[in-house]
Amino acid sequence: MSSLQFDIAHLLAGSLVLASFMMLYQDRLYALLNVYALHAGVLALSVAWQAYVQQAPHLYVTALIALIFKAIIIPVALHRIIRRLGIHREIENVIGIGLTMMAGIGLVALSMVVMLRVTPGADALAREDLAFALSVVLLGLLIMVTRRNAVSQVVGFMSLENGLVLAATGAKGMPLVVEISVAFSVLIAFIVIGIFLFRIRERFDSVDVQALDRFRGERR
Amino acid sequence: MISVALWSVALLLSLAPVGIALSTRPRGSIVLYGACLAVTATLCIAALLHLFDPAHPVSSATLPIGLPWLGAHFRLDALSAFFLVVINLGGAAASLFALGYGAHEESPGRVLPFYPAYLAGMNTVVLTNDAFSFLVAWEFMSLTSWALVVAHHREAQNVRAGYVYLLMASFGTLALLLAFGLLANGAGYDFDAIRASHPSAALAGMVVILVLLGAGSKAGLVPLHAWLPLAHPAAPSHVSALMSGVMTKVAVYGFVRIVFDLLPEPEWWWSMVVLLVGGPTATLGVLYALMQRDIKRVLAYSTIENIGIIFTGLGLALAFKAQGLDWVAALAFTAAMLHVFNHALFKSLLFFGAGAVLEATGARDMEKFGGLIHRMPRTAFAMLVGCVAISALPPFNGFVSEWLTFQAILLSPQLPSWGLKLAIPAVGGLLALAAAFAAACFVKLYGISFLGRPRSDVAAAAHETDRFSLAAMFALAALCLVAGVLPGLFIDALAPVSKAMVGNVMPHQTGLQWLTIVPIAESRSSYNGLLVFLFVALCGTAAASAIHRLASDRLRRAPAWDCGYPDPNPAIQYSASSFSQPIRRVFGSVIFAAREIGEMPPPSSRAPARLTVELHDLIWEALYAPIAKAISFATEHINVLQFLTIRRYLTLVFVALIVLLLVVAL
Repeated sequence: MSSLQFDIAHLLAGSLVLASFMMLYQDRLYALLNVYALHAGVLALSVAWQAYVQQAPHLYVTALIALIFKAIIIPVALHRIIRRLGIHREIENVIGIGLTMMAGIGLVALSMVVMLRVTPGADALAREDLAFALSVVLLGLLIMVTRRNAVSQVVGFMSLENGLVLAATGAKGMPLVVEISVAFSVLIAFIVIGIFLFRIRERFDSVDVQALDRFRGERR
Repeated sequence: MISVALWSVALLLSLAPVGIALSTRPRGSIVLYGACLAVTATLCIAALLHLFDPAHPVSSATLPIGLPWLGAHFRLDALSAFFLVVINLGGAAASLFALGYGAHEESPGRVLPFYPAYLAGMNTVVLTNDAFSFLVAWEFMSLTSWALVVAHHREAQNVRAGYVYLLMASFGTLALLLAFGLLANGAGYDFDAIRASHPSAALAGMVVILVLLGAGSKAGLVPLHAWLPLAHPAAPSHVSALMSGVMTKVAVYGFVRIVFDLLPEPEWWWSMVVLLVGGPTATLGVLYALMQRDIKRVLAYSTIENIGIIFTGLGLALAFKAQGLDWVAALAFTAAMLHVFNHALFKSLLFFGAGAVLEATGARDMEKFGGLIHRMPRTAFAMLVGCVAISALPPFNGFVSEWLTFQAILLSPQLPSWGLKLAIPAVGGLLALAAAFAAACFVKLYGISFLGRPRSDVAAAAHETDRFSLAAMFALAALCLVAGVLPGLFIDALAPVSKAMVGNVMPHQTGLQWLTIVPIAESRSSYNGLLVFLFVALCGTAAASAIHRLASDRLRRAPAWDCGYPDPNPAIQYSASSFSQPIRRVFGSVIFAAREIGEMPPPSSRAPARLTVELHDLIWEALYAPIAKAISFATEHINVLQFLTIRRYLTLVFVALIVLLLVVAL
């Protein structure tokens, strides 16, 4: 592998982490969705580049799936949901951008240390790729933890899943069937969550998950 | 021979579903207990034939059940055969008793299916030859007996007893599981492979401690006994007899099988541990028994005492074997095994008697009984035999085994180790104390229940029990006498067991003149049960006839001197608590933290004076209550985790993931 190929793969994976960081501090839902679309687009590019480097044509299919479903259909659908729910003007009070960003940096550092320690014998590209993928997964979890709005939790979950796809494509020889089934399960999860969003909204006039907690009689 | 045993077990297991069908039929219990009686009697005879076979064959079998590729291994040797005899003799007697007693069962559907399964479980434990099957059978036995303990689940105390029992049984199985895990290290789970392996001394020592915990909690060694006096009385009486008389012996089997058979040559400190647990168990068990008023609970605590005696015998055998005196080890081991057999006989007998009394009066509190000897004369006679036998009075069997144990204790000066030389006489002192207390305890039980005047209407209206129950009691009473009069026969039958476990046997007894038994040498000590029996019978008959002839004729009835209180109430008779008061005053203030509070009314008041006695179970309060409190505290606080918000759950998962990654990274 030439160093240019390696650098480009590195760049794309790094951009994915960067996009995750951007998602961390978006406090408006539309902005969050746009960054998510960007996130999925970068993922599609990254996967396509892996397909080219590894000469694995089936990865182009994965890239296409990512582009069509994750970068276009899901963001558009979520846009419509947000508009229909009438929450597009809502501002989320995230825990505090500085703190969240610090935590995110810590997570990236942690995943680097873990991956470098665990995979000393692996291919350099795969190592970098896995480290970035783990960062994306952890950042996705961080988004889910720090958000109160159900829609943004869904977006966090989707970005987490992008990290998984990145990890899967970085490792050579991942069968297409697995990727397609992962993609479909995410789609189904998206549909189910979307339906639930409307159900929650119908009942509580809000998709703030705190309403659910209040309903269960919990003290915050 | 093993095929007979395995087929019998299979038959008993298949009787369990039949029991479900029979539980709704009017005479279903008779059919089921009859079938159990037939199977257990057959198995008992088969095991006896195996034990008396001069060739002492060992037969084994492997069935393709259990763990894949390993199968279940079964083996019938002298030790298994002896314990099969104990189990099935007890099982047959209990089934015979239940032919009559089971008809009064109010919820047969909760007893009939589990009873044969319980018998099958106990039989399987002594037949297995690999750790996996052993533990499965052990746990099966525990679970079926638990189901029988909570058979009368409407009473809150039975449910509590079942709960405590289940916890302690799981604890015991855990200890045994760990012991087998240590033993199987490198050798595998087959007992034959474990026997051939040579574990290091430290590992073997740990196994001994774990087995003492595991088997000891099942047998009722202090301080692991807390469940036993709760669970044994809670079950229906014939099951109580099985649990107390037989299942504790299965626990003894587990201990003997692992410590004497599977482990290599013992070390002297093993015996120290066993002796220091066994001696106090005997004394404390009987002291607890003396303080009770519930007749079945007295018997359950007395089981703890007898388990203490058995474990003391086993500890002595370990001590002498470790120091190379295997002829004394054979004596101590035979004494322990004989006591296993004897205790199974008389404890079953006593529980049957208690069951008959319970069925006749509907009460278990001894303070409600009295004068039952006139209303239930046959039961009273059988109970008298049981009480004399368990009090270790000649000419009955209890005396023989305890006497043999003391013979082994008296040989302790021959041991080279100073620690044992000092400890064994102390343990002997505890045993002697326990024997005396046991006599007092059963004088109390018999005197308060059967003698005197009825203390309640139910006791006055009691009636004799049915003929099946009486047959079971009299059969056991007769066996108690036979084993007491002809102990040589039983000692010789135990020779192959002792040969296999401690490598030596007691001298041959049956050829001696006048059926005497001589444990070591004629010059040291000998005992002749037959002569003692004849002497006791002769003196008793002579005294009775003399009194009858000389005194009964001059009988005249007159009002007794009534201390100035006319029309005495039966309640002012000597009561169970007043009987045990002297012993409670001497020992109770330390062991039970007993306090007596007397309230005297002022001179002009007509209010009654009151005497309140407070007893504390210090072992429960110091050991069990803190553990229970800590566990309930922890569960109460962990329970909060059940009701978190979605985000908190996500945070928990996230934090857990981060912590795990940090562990990997650092």
